[in-house]
Amino acid sequence: MCSAVTLALEQVKAQGRSKIHRIDLSVGELSGVVPDALMFAFDVVSAGTPAEGANLHLTTVPTLCYCAHCHREFYPMSLIYACPHCHHLSNDIREGKDLELVSLEIS
Amino acid sequence: MCELAGHREILYLHQNVLKKNNQSAEKNRTLFRNLLAINLMSAPGAGKTTLIQQLIKHTHFRSAVVVGDLATDHDAQQIRQTEIPAVQVTTGNLCHLDAENVARAVGELELATLELVIIENVGNLVCPAMYHLGEDLRIVLMSVTEGENKSLKYPTLFKSADAVVISKTDLAAAVDFDREKALAYLSQVVPQTPVFEISARSAKGIDAFHAYLAQALEAKRLLRSLSI
Repeated sequence: MCSAVTLALEQVKAQGRSKIHRIDLSVGELSGVVPDALMFAFDVVSAGTPAEGANLHLTTVPTLCYCAHCHREFYPMSLIYACPHCHHLSNDIREGKDLELVSLEIS
Repeated sequence: MCELAGHREILYLHQNVLKKNNQSAEKNRTLFRNLLAINLMSAPGAGKTTLIQQLIKHTHFRSAVVVGDLATDHDAQQIRQTEIPAVQVTTGNLCHLDAENVARAVGELELATLELVIIENVGNLVCPAMYHLGEDLRIVLMSVTEGENKSLKYPTLFKSADAVVISKTDLAAAVDFDREKALAYLSQVVPQTPVFEISARSAKGIDAFHAYLAQALEAKRLLRSLSI
């Protein structure tokens, strides 16, 4: 959370602005980020900064796997990444690992 | 200063929040180019320090250890008893090592003389998954005393691992550890990841793990010699 807010504050400063109204983050299911914990941490970390009171919007990015056996991508139904077409297990993760700062609304 | 001041504007960034850490991790990768760096992760008390001590006793690698803890340098002191250089990183309230504090710590080591750098992460099965340190291998430990289902409970960390170690196998009978069940869960959550079963107390299983690391070091050297 510190990294996300630091990044946002750097941006608002670089733009010569003083207030962040809204922060959009995309959170990969496998990023290790827990949305509730992130929301909670945001209030603490942003207090007294231009990001204080901003609306924090999180979009979850689901895990996307690639099946090396039938060469198809699939969204696993559980933490066991079994291909729904051929039932082989995959550990090739194509999406869902990142935490991305998508956009900021500033003034 | 800015005529838009006061007007709201949307700034599209699409920036990876962990970019800074990933960039530092790449720098560490360069520092580690002639040696093997491993990142050891587990819950607190799974036996990382004891495994490292045993590994050092059984190995001919020229090694050094970076130890991360919230407080104290007990683990580093314990490792120094093996006469191996150990650098303690005290993270304060930070629940994981990041690439920058690892870079600072390895600055205290004579990397050119080393073959193996073991990074003992802060005991935590959540946050270390997000932070790459520039390591070659990510190794997750689970001790038999923690039960069979660790991999189901913390799949993100296990899925980020190159190898899994089941530690304290000498205690398996005392805690009714169901080995088959643990291996079955692992084969579902991390189907292609090698698993090593080790008792650091008796050294049982340490040879196979040692051979795995030796092979990884050999492979890295070979790749490096081919790319020059």
